[in-house]
Amino acid sequence: MTLTINNQSVETSAHTLSELGVELSLPESGVAIAVNNRMIPRAEWETHALSENMQIVIIKAACGG
Amino acid sequence: MKKLIIAGREFSSRLFLGTGKFRSNEEMKQSIFASDTEMVTVAMKRIDLTNKEDDMLEHIRHPHIQLLPNTSGVRTAEEAVFAAQMAREAFGTNWLKLEIHPDPRYLLPDPIETLRATEELVKLGFIVLPYCQADPVLCRRLEEAGAATVMPLASPIGSNQGLQTRDFLHIIIEQAGVPVVVDAGIGAPSHAAEAMEMGADACLVNTAIAVSDNPVEMATAFKEAVIAGRRAYEAGLGTKSKDFIAEASSPLTAFLND
Repeated sequence: MTLTINNQSVETSAHTLSELGVELSLPESGVAIAVNNRMIPRAEWETHALSENMQIVIIKAACGG
Repeated sequence: MKKLIIAGREFSSRLFLGTGKFRSNEEMKQSIFASDTEMVTVAMKRIDLTNKEDDMLEHIRHPHIQLLPNTSGVRTAEEAVFAAQMAREAFGTNWLKLEIHPDPRYLLPDPIETLRATEELVKLGFIVLPYCQADPVLCRRLEEAGAATVMPLASPIGSNQGLQTRDFLHIIIEQAGVPVVVDAGIGAPSHAAEAMEMGADACLVNTAIAVSDNPVEMATAFKEAVIAGRRAYEAGLGTKSKDFIAEASSPLTAFLND
């Protein structure tokens, strides 16, 4: 299916957020995911099903004051 | 020197560091180390799916350092709450530097959105350190809303202009029941020392250190300035004489005949 991740169109075979995390090699900590502008806690990634055209944002730390 | 206490956590250092604008992560890490800081800000960005970058958190994580995620980039209270939730999830802390500055030219904080966001975030269990205008009335309102500190600006972010809001900082410090952290615009160690002499509880410095020719030395200079200023405040500064009238510090007639 096709998702939009950080404004980029991405093809994936993942069915859940945790599978997507593995596919994208996301680290164990230091990242957060929002689906359709709602933060999804890591504990829910396993059960959070993906669907076509979902809008996903993944963030990490950046330098800033 | 008295310890600084914010939301029940003790800090020996009264210098907070920002992590923007350093030329390298290594230089940033060395500067943090040299400053002895225990509070370091971090921003958020969207991950780049095509380019695996170094994780900057590896360079700042330390048992003595409290991470202070910021909400830079948000324009409204609603966006700030979303950013805060993302930060808490990503970094495992409910400490938050709330900053809402929709105007890109001066980066001045929006007081109305900042107050709204503080009220909401406190209810959600965040320890909120709001970056705000040096407005004594606003600072009281933020404190009433449950802010853990107030962080009034000295001058616009990154401007190195020093304590342009000096007179209002005095009022804020006099009135505040929470720690006052002077944030933004501190461009030289002397600015930080002056803020501390005035009774500020801490200073947050980023640009002045990061863009220095030698950030590690500058971090040390800021550390010393903050300590000197705080020591002077705790010791008690002498009062200024009226109209520059001299007050002799040596006896004038002790060895000459009148």
